[in-house]
Amino acid sequence: MTAMTLPAPPRRVSAGATVSQTLTLAWRSLVQIKHNPWELLDLSIQPIMFLLLFTYVFGGAISGSTGDYLQFALPGLLVQNALFYTLSTAIGLNTDISKGVFDRLRSLPIARSAPLTGRIIADTFKQVWAFALLVGFGMVLGFRVTTGVAGLLGALALLVVVALAMSWMSVLIGLKASNPEKVQMFSFSVMMPLTFTSSALVDPATFPGWLSAWAEVNPVTHLSDAIRGLLIGGAVAGPTLISLLWAAGFMVVFAPLAIRVFRRHV
Amino acid sequence: MPSGRVVPMTGNHYAIEAQGLVKRYGETRALDGVDLAVPAGRLLGVLGPNGAGKTTAVRILATLLTPDAGRASVHGFDVTSQAHQVRSMIGLTGQYAAVDEMLTGVENLLMIGRLLGLSRGDARRRAAALLERFHLTDAGGRAAKTYSGGMRRRLDLAASLVGSPQVLFLDEPTTGLDPRSRTELWGVVRGLMADGVTVLLTTQYLEEADQLADDIVVFDHGKVIASGTSDQLKATTGAQVLEVRPAAEHQLPTVSAVVEEVVGDPPEVSGGRVTAAVRDPAVVPAIVRRLDDLGIIASELTLRKSSLDEVFLALTGHRAEEREAGDEKVDDLEVYA
Repeated sequence: MTAMTLPAPPRRVSAGATVSQTLTLAWRSLVQIKHNPWELLDLSIQPIMFLLLFTYVFGGAISGSTGDYLQFALPGLLVQNALFYTLSTAIGLNTDISKGVFDRLRSLPIARSAPLTGRIIADTFKQVWAFALLVGFGMVLGFRVTTGVAGLLGALALLVVVALAMSWMSVLIGLKASNPEKVQMFSFSVMMPLTFTSSALVDPATFPGWLSAWAEVNPVTHLSDAIRGLLIGGAVAGPTLISLLWAAGFMVVFAPLAIRVFRRHV
Repeated sequence: MPSGRVVPMTGNHYAIEAQGLVKRYGETRALDGVDLAVPAGRLLGVLGPNGAGKTTAVRILATLLTPDAGRASVHGFDVTSQAHQVRSMIGLTGQYAAVDEMLTGVENLLMIGRLLGLSRGDARRRAAALLERFHLTDAGGRAAKTYSGGMRRRLDLAASLVGSPQVLFLDEPTTGLDPRSRTELWGVVRGLMADGVTVLLTTQYLEEADQLADDIVVFDHGKVIASGTSDQLKATTGAQVLEVRPAAEHQLPTVSAVVEEVVGDPPEVSGGRVTAAVRDPAVVPAIVRRLDDLGIIASELTLRKSSLDEVFLALTGHRAEEREAGDEKVDDLEVYA
């Protein structure tokens, strides 16, 4: 018998290949939009609906004028939408797992991290898109950024950083949930109350005492205050710092958990 | 066992090798000491009912699961400690078609090509060639979610071939396909074998194993209970099968009595036929004489090798394609435990 003369395959993935694989998988998540414009519409329609409903239905009752309320609520809607959207990472990951796509990727000689980081990069792009859309639409309705381009970019940067920290929780949920519908349930039953019991959409001073005490500690309040400060003026440093501390805390808790579960899958 | 160094085992001519694989899920032993050896270029059919451990074995060999005990290698590379090298040699097609439904056929294959390090142009050419080979060229620009079951399965198989793997794992590739798609897929698998690819194919269908496999192993309850070529397995029951169909159905009891008298065991009577396991071919002329004496005309009288179905039944006491409700949950567990 002749000895086997198979060329020895490489033992691991080079850094350059890792980057290219990650970008390929990010491309894969973004190119889906081309065939499923509904996803992008989903991403866009819900915040626009909220924007219109809150401005024109509740605005007058809450602030006395729809214009005043829009100015107050848009930053909060940006926060709410960014937090909701972090769960799309969980839904996408969970769908890949239940369809077997995740297994196919795992059976390829690619960097173990690529399926995860590729998806997160794509979801960050979608966050930026949703932010631009909501701010743009808000401006059409009369919203004014009073802090200039620096404030606008600062708000975007803060939202992206917080969303990235939150995506670790999302990864954990995506890996653990038995199906994508469970992730949707989580979104509705946890994210919804969390964002509503904050300063995102109304002044918590009007809440009953116990709820306003909760709103004081709710991280969504600090993030909303920070984004509001960055877009229409007001305190910025304090709420931004607290928001970043929360984001760091989230990462410290959820990143190791998510990575542990992910490793077991990979 | 090779340490961290990349040293293909010399003198090892098996493309796929496994020794004493064990995998437990709680109390259930999905695999209970499985040995496998597939020489390069051969097709091994792994035959067994749902929950027998076939999928678990494939997932271990394809580096998706770590065994609790035992070891396995692909072309000498250990599936646990040298998983990356193993992945660069294998292709995997699972029970469910693992294609991204939101992407088109072309994009699915492009993505795999790019992930495997092909240039954009090479990935495009490879995708086009594979789509052509699997008769998907016309559908290549459509999202995979619009594909029929058979088309998806072909796209899935195409995706597993982008990297020209030397070893291919096909986990129940035809489950849920209509007969025409199944025959088509068989043709594709035969083509791969002609290219020299080593294939491990799991199936619940005896006919599929009979049609495609060079060698067959039979799994039941996480163990290999028999192995050999299709002919060897058929011979293991030590019997040929005699079938007699009387021209007049009311004569069945008489025919049955004659066969029992000559063969010694009570035969099976069903479908207007008397069927009996036969060890000594000399019984056939004896039966013919006795029937002739009684004036019974046999419209059909055959002596044939036992089918794999009968072999399976003899080996396990149950039929391969029977789905036992209790077994299903093991397969569910296997997917993401």
